[in-house]
Amino acid sequence: QEPQASGLPEYIKIVEVGPRDGLQNEKVIVPTDTKIALINQLSKTGLPAIEVTSFVSSKWVPQMADHAEVMRGIERHPGVQYPVLTPNLQGFHSAIAAGATEVSVFGAASESFSKMNINCSIEESIERFEEVTKSARNMNIPVRGYVSCALGCPYEGNVVPDKVAEVSKRLYSMGCYEISLGDTIGVGTPGSMKKMLEAVMKEIPLSALAVHCHDTYGQALANILTAIQMGVAVVDSSVAGLGGCPYAKGATGNVATEDVIYMLNGLGINTGVNLCAVMEAGNFICKALNKKTNSKVAQASFSTGTIN
Amino acid sequence: AYPKRVKVVEVGPRDGLQNEKNVVPTPVKINLINMLSETGLQVIEATSFVSPKWVPQMADHTEVMQGINKLPGISYPVLTPNLKGFQAAVAAGAKEVSIFGAASELFTQKNINCSIEESLERFEEVMKAAREASIPVRGYVSCVLGCPYEGKISAAKVAEVSKKLYSMGCYEISLGDTIGVGTPGSMREMLTAVMKEVPVGALAVHCHDTYGQALANILVALQMGVSVVDASVAGLGGCPYAKGASGNVATEDLVYMLNGLGIHTGVNLQKLMDTGTFICNALNRKTNSKVSQASCRL
Repeated sequence: QEPQASGLPEYIKIVEVGPRDGLQNEKVIVPTDTKIALINQLSKTGLPAIEVTSFVSSKWVPQMADHAEVMRGIERHPGVQYPVLTPNLQGFHSAIAAGATEVSVFGAASESFSKMNINCSIEESIERFEEVTKSARNMNIPVRGYVSCALGCPYEGNVVPDKVAEVSKRLYSMGCYEISLGDTIGVGTPGSMKKMLEAVMKEIPLSALAVHCHDTYGQALANILTAIQMGVAVVDSSVAGLGGCPYAKGATGNVATEDVIYMLNGLGINTGVNLCAVMEAGNFICKALNKKTNSKVAQASFSTGTIN
Repeated sequence: AYPKRVKVVEVGPRDGLQNEKNVVPTPVKINLINMLSETGLQVIEATSFVSPKWVPQMADHTEVMQGINKLPGISYPVLTPNLKGFQAAVAAGAKEVSIFGAASELFTQKNINCSIEESLERFEEVMKAAREASIPVRGYVSCVLGCPYEGKISAAKVAEVSKKLYSMGCYEISLGDTIGVGTPGSMREMLTAVMKEVPVGALAVHCHDTYGQALANILVALQMGVSVVDASVAGLGGCPYAKGASGNVATEDLVYMLNGLGIHTGVNLQKLMDTGTFICNALNRKTNSKVSQASCRL
């Protein structure tokens, strides 16, 4: 199967968000050593980017309280990026002090979500992030921008594609090298994904776009396929599908890295990632969390004992 | 471009229940089918006229067929592996039947103890009788994207078996990714080959979600012009080849995607979810539908 012949990218960068987005949204909190072991295992799978932790106040996100320890404790493999979340300038400085060499900021395409999540308007959050990107620029630290609620909001419902494009453009203009568009509650479908990307692609170059799909409604892989058919070449995912949905109790959240890689392998798209190695890392963290994997590929593979 | 309408073929009562650990009593099966009949679904696979020695879950096929409400405009196909099953099905009131071929010799041997060629000869008897009785026949091809025994399956082989079933008189050929190993890549390759031999209007896809690929695979099939999709309410029916793994794609999740694409199905998602809740309670299991899981919490 020739990916170029079908208009698909030849290579897709997978951004592994399990250790941060995943663990942050799991009921069980794992000890620092386990987090470090997970990240070290993931570093050996070929993944080019692994989101390590979040420099946010432990008052708000207790699961990430050990951010500095984790950042200092992990092995740093050459060729692998280790971004961390920095919601404000204070977080940014702590991150740098702990050795971070890439950071992320989180905007939203919904005013209500912004207010409920970080207690300020979109505009105010942008101003806050501008402080971060300014400092980051001075220190040559790349910044990734996230836009939440790109395909729907738990409070506002429908989100207008032009709003997503507007917020994306603000983040890109302030210096974010990549914009990750997040279907935060997983309500998107190939229909809404296409409309949203068409609007965003008018403002941001394709090469700077990523999709961060949640599988809450089982739509993630279909949505990712739609995105890559439109040329998007960066996909966020979470090992073992770690991280439930905080807005739908008991429902799933992040799409599983294993399932994404399985699909991309089948499409002949290169990711550089070893699927078996990711499954092993998934197996490790699920045991530590005392939970079943959310990855269907892992479920099927471990039961047959073979990997197709 | 996507089709404007998609026909959803509901296989939960047969393919789903046949592959569940727990067997449900006849009245539950009948109630399930009756509830599905109220959702807007146009095709509901009711049961299988196969020997209870082989498939005990479908032992009550005659009772079920005779017990269900048959609403006008809804088709209730049943599986008929041979002439005997066909005759029993018609006697019980069936107006449409299905036959099952496979694109893998080993699978056919292990599953029904004969070669592909021999199985087609067996079906020829059913086709003849069906033709005489004016009963439409749907043909299934298993293992179209991979076989639990042979591994990789050539697209040409799938096209060959599909062509045979179509030439024999099957009005529709449902292409089944029996072990769910397919991806949008292999789906495209397989459909390209099959579409050279069978008109796309006569094609359906029957995707299993064992590796989480079903909706992505279905999306590609739709992009290529396929407009008939099989699915199972609540994602009933595990995979007999991967213990504990899932099987059929959930009808709710499929309909959710089609709704989002603006594709008409005629199916009421809420009623479908309610039906899924009913059968999961009866089976004492959680739903495999993510839409259902997410919705009941919001």
